[in-house]
Amino acid sequence: MTWTSIFIAGFITYFTRMGMITLIDKDVFNESFRKILSYVPSVVFPSIIFPGILLDDYGSFVAISDPKIYGALTAIIIGYFSRNVILTIISGLASYWFLIFVL
Amino acid sequence: MSSKFQIFKIGFFDVAPHLLSVIPFGIIFGAIGIELGFDPIMTYATSLIIFGGASQIVFLQLLSGGASSLIAITSVGVINSRHLLYGAVLSEYLNKLSSIKKLFISYFIVDQGFAVSNIYFKKNKEQNFNHYHLLGSGITLWLCWQISTIIGIYLGSIVPESLGLKFAIPLTFIAIIINELRKLDHLIVMIISGLAATFFYNAPFKSYILISPLIGLFAAYLILKFKR
Repeated sequence: MTWTSIFIAGFITYFTRMGMITLIDKDVFNESFRKILSYVPSVVFPSIIFPGILLDDYGSFVAISDPKIYGALTAIIIGYFSRNVILTIISGLASYWFLIFVL
Repeated sequence: MSSKFQIFKIGFFDVAPHLLSVIPFGIIFGAIGIELGFDPIMTYATSLIIFGGASQIVFLQLLSGGASSLIAITSVGVINSRHLLYGAVLSEYLNKLSSIKKLFISYFIVDQGFAVSNIYFKKNKEQNFNHYHLLGSGITLWLCWQISTIIGIYLGSIVPESLGLKFAIPLTFIAIIINELRKLDHLIVMIISGLAATFFYNAPFKSYILISPLIGLFAAYLILKFKR
């Protein structure tokens, strides 16, 4: 079942890559549709980020003192000012581990 | 006039700085796949077959959390729909190629490769063999993604679970959208989608992953209307 899903997901992804280049007339997309598409990352990724930080493995809210919240805040602040992808991830993980293992 | 190989090399060097983020991201993905309970071959297969970093993480995360295949597959489609935009832009430069070549090159279109090759295409519109730049950047990224996934799979099997590596998932996505935080309209849309996802998290089949982006896109649509 999982293998089938991987192949279908792979095919769909490949279609998103080659569709506009080989099959579809690019004028199919009007300007406003393109503008809406440009928001896709901004709607998809927060849908994973927020629950990943605010909820635990069982779907209940974590405490306000949860290390994940502080790890995420650190990552956002460091990322905002450094504009560096890897520094963002590492600073978040480092502060998370610091709170769990050191404090 | 540059030769095919020279253009391929320019593609490689143009995309090289991006490897600093692609390689660690690949390692994180491989490790997360193992952490989520998938076997090494299945984790690696997503890098070969889907070949889209963020969508691979979401795909495995949803399946491991009990989402239906339909939801997981649809999410991959939504996340990767941005390639449609890249294709629309690139088709102008690739339209002289044969269908076989187009089908082959398409597999290698990814964010970073698109970004650098599109700049090159704009500067060298009259030149032949420009597509070798896209091949140079794309194949470089592909190779590094495959190798770093394998390294991550290996590391994931030796990293202890107490490290809580799953937390790297939201952190990775924060890093991906961090620059959009500077735009007020995107920030509003992000907060709306994120809160909606948290609110609908316990909806059946993990459908929150489709419901909340739709709510976010509707908000984006309203913002665009309001701007006009």
